[in-house]
Amino acid sequence: MVGIALAVNQIKDMFAVVMLAGIYGLVSASFFVAMDAVDVAFTEASVGAGISTLLMLTTVAMTGRTEHEASHKPLLALILVAITGGLLIYGTFDMPYFGSADAAVHNHVAPRYIYDSMKEIGVPNMVTSVLASYRGFDTFGEVTVIFTAGIGVLALLSVAQRPKDDAAIEAINDSMHEKHLILRVAIKTMIPFILLYAFYVQFHGDYGPGGGFQAGVIFAAAIIMYAMLFGLSAARRVITQPFVQLLSALGVLLYGSVGVVSMINGGSFLDYSVLAADPIAGQHLGILIIELGVGLTVASVMIIIFFSFSARREYQQANKGGSL
Amino acid sequence: MLVHLPILQVIVPLIAAPACLILRRPKLVWLFALFASSLAFIISILLLQQVMTAGTISYELGGWSPPWGIEYRIDKLNAFIALIISGISTVVLLAAQTSIEKEIPKDKQPLFYILYLLSLSGMLGIVTTGDAFNVFVFLEISSLSAYSLIALGKDRRALWASFQYLIMGTIGATFILIGIGLMYQMTGTLNMADLAVRLPEVAETRTITTAYVFFIVGVCLKLALFPLHFWLPNAYAYAPSIVTAFFAATSTKVAAYLLIRFTFSIFGISFSFTTLPIETMFLVMGLLGIFIASTVAIYQDNIKHVFAYSSVAQVGYMIVGFSLSTPAGLTAMLLHMFNHALMKGALFMALVAIMYRVGSSKINDLQGLGRQMPLTVAAIVVGGLSLIGVPLTVGFVSKWYLVVAAIEKGWWWLAGLVLLGSLLAVIYVWRIVETAYFKAPILGQQPVKEAPMAILVPVWLLVSANVYFGIDTRFSVEIAASAAKSLFGVAQ
Amino acid sequence: MTMILGLYNYWVVIVLMMIGFYIIIAHGHLIKKIIGLNIFQTSVFIFYISVGKVEGATAPIWQEGIILYSNPLPHVLILTAIVVGIATTALGLALIIRIKEAYGVIDEDEIQAMDNQAMVNQDKEHQ
Repeated sequence: MVGIALAVNQIKDMFAVVMLAGIYGLVSASFFVAMDAVDVAFTEASVGAGISTLLMLTTVAMTGRTEHEASHKPLLALILVAITGGLLIYGTFDMPYFGSADAAVHNHVAPRYIYDSMKEIGVPNMVTSVLASYRGFDTFGEVTVIFTAGIGVLALLSVAQRPKDDAAIEAINDSMHEKHLILRVAIKTMIPFILLYAFYVQFHGDYGPGGGFQAGVIFAAAIIMYAMLFGLSAARRVITQPFVQLLSALGVLLYGSVGVVSMINGGSFLDYSVLAADPIAGQHLGILIIELGVGLTVASVMIIIFFSFSARREYQQANKGGSL
Repeated sequence: MLVHLPILQVIVPLIAAPACLILRRPKLVWLFALFASSLAFIISILLLQQVMTAGTISYELGGWSPPWGIEYRIDKLNAFIALIISGISTVVLLAAQTSIEKEIPKDKQPLFYILYLLSLSGMLGIVTTGDAFNVFVFLEISSLSAYSLIALGKDRRALWASFQYLIMGTIGATFILIGIGLMYQMTGTLNMADLAVRLPEVAETRTITTAYVFFIVGVCLKLALFPLHFWLPNAYAYAPSIVTAFFAATSTKVAAYLLIRFTFSIFGISFSFTTLPIETMFLVMGLLGIFIASTVAIYQDNIKHVFAYSSVAQVGYMIVGFSLSTPAGLTAMLLHMFNHALMKGALFMALVAIMYRVGSSKINDLQGLGRQMPLTVAAIVVGGLSLIGVPLTVGFVSKWYLVVAAIEKGWWWLAGLVLLGSLLAVIYVWRIVETAYFKAPILGQQPVKEAPMAILVPVWLLVSANVYFGIDTRFSVEIAASAAKSLFGVAQ
Repeated sequence: MTMILGLYNYWVVIVLMMIGFYIIIAHGHLIKKIIGLNIFQTSVFIFYISVGKVEGATAPIWQEGIILYSNPLPHVLILTAIVVGIATTALGLALIIRIKEAYGVIDEDEIQAMDNQAMVNQDKEHQ
């Protein structure tokens, strides 16, 4: 991994750099699996290696492939990095050794999560019980972060009207797509399975690795694949801009309303035990609904972001076409 | 309902934000946002009352007790800050719709309000939570919305300023994350009160020292403490004017809060001030910030830049108060946080008015404006006097308490330096006042009318607050002193 | 010796972090900065996750008969942090696209030069 990082530093071809960054993400994901962090690996693979690479490639496509001769200040950077790195290494000397079972982190808060969560929440995936219930408010914040990014990208990139020369754009896209006939056919058959897998991950997240985030990203990936191969306008006919924006808001509101209902039923915000007569059933219900909210917002925001990037590209192409 | 106030403080604007996406017309969205912000303000007042009478409030989210669940913990310090943030937010929102009509394209206006509310909830969340990782999450909410809001500015330099802020801000946030991670590794907990209990046993380790350093550096980046302030002047200058009015009065206060909270309540005074030469370092940085930033402010052509550099200097004053490490010093710092919010809020709101009518905030374009927009320029005069520290304004109150705190410690030279800083402020304020009143309007320039009521009213609300709290200091001083004492009393 | 064995994992992660940090500061190309930011953040995640690993334990999903599990809390925190990271990346890239449209270049020094030039031109106008 150090090699990949150093290569990213040296190489000037941005396409290669982005690919390397994607590989870095994938290697991290496998590292996470080795560290028993399966949920994290899943998320890192889909988000870090998948969506991230995709967006970066789109940006490179719009901004140029090579890095200019750098006139940066390597000396200053090296000094700063040496100080920071040195400080961190200094800090490692009193740390508990890697993997040791009697470190503070494993003996204070964690035992309850590990050994009592089945009793208290009834969900085998401990990461899900911590994420969705014990620390459910953090996850609410996280959904809000994703929503914020979606709105931010909209604020930055959305174009008020479709480019004037719709026909020209369609023509460009159509000719490109003729060349990719095999891909189009293959993808058309794969999409339903991918969507189904997304739903599986969404609802099976209590029992195995998975949950709202991963499911949302996979769902969005399917839609994005369709948009890439069949054209943005085709995808937009199915998933219109106002609709997907509404969905993203709905996800956050769904999550928030679970919390509000908890308050109305006498518990504190996001206390699921009061959502049903039996606390465990309440926990299950709460987790189900909020994960749904998460999946909804994540999927719609990823779609919004990709559509915004693509639409901006079409806007740029239309303007370059000489109308301005 | 009352028992849920701590979480409602954050939830109200947070849930209002996506709800805005369902409404479509900008005016409706504006009213809705204003409603949400006012609710948040009322909640903060109620919370402050509760805390002053009943003491620290604790709220368990999800029904799980800390440290397994996330806790919201309200004491005098954060209730005070929450009041400042929600109050400024509401006053600024009053003028928002009128101002953004001219600065933001119509289709983006609803998005503006959503981002504004998200920013508000982010800041309130940082301030009210009692969980260290929760701080990080809400820090990112407020940062991401800030980057987006700044990038909405008309000038293309807004985009570049926003990008620089994004890079520096994310480095800062990642440093904070590293700090939290190291703290977690050594203690096994993320709850702030629990950390305070468990840190003393591991305080001697190098890991904790490293944790503290990373955390503080990250916070100082957000605080714009010299020399980590580089993102601030351009971000404030090129953002939409109403955005600057909001952020100038609030975002640095939140970072200052984090500094205080982690130093006093979590790491504890004995650790923070003895392990590392924090006192000296902050004193030096603060003073450098005051003098260098004030000097740079004098040479700026754009009033927004003048006031932005002035803000960097004011952060310097706050840090000087912090570095005294006495209750009096901390009281001065807290007072200045309150007063600076009022001062810069008023000044930048006046700039909102000027941008609305004149379309530029360059000093040269303001020649003779004193006659055409008398009320607006008068507001700048009062705000400027406050910045200098003239008696009867809030600026005087903060400087007074700072000087007294310095003298109490026997540092007469520091008191002198503080007064010297005020002289620099006189110079840059005078430049603006002189141009507005004593220079003739540029030939051929269209005469402008006074600012519309929608902007003028909030401006003068803030200006009057400057004067009112400068004369009747009971409220601000009582809370600041009380909060400072409890911070010193709790931490050993 | 045991100390080096026990700690070298952390040291490698720190090296990764620093390479990422270096890329952010040293390079002028905006997309590279964002990628550096990504590498920096991902390395911090790796650090957190290594803190949570327990020797000989398995993934924190309840199975009959297994007693030793790795710590689920760092996993939760990093899941959140990954999402925050992508949110920041998306915004950063969107900004870069707009900057390219407005300035025509996406290199830090070139943009700064254009801004300085514009300020000089404006001052000339005012004379």
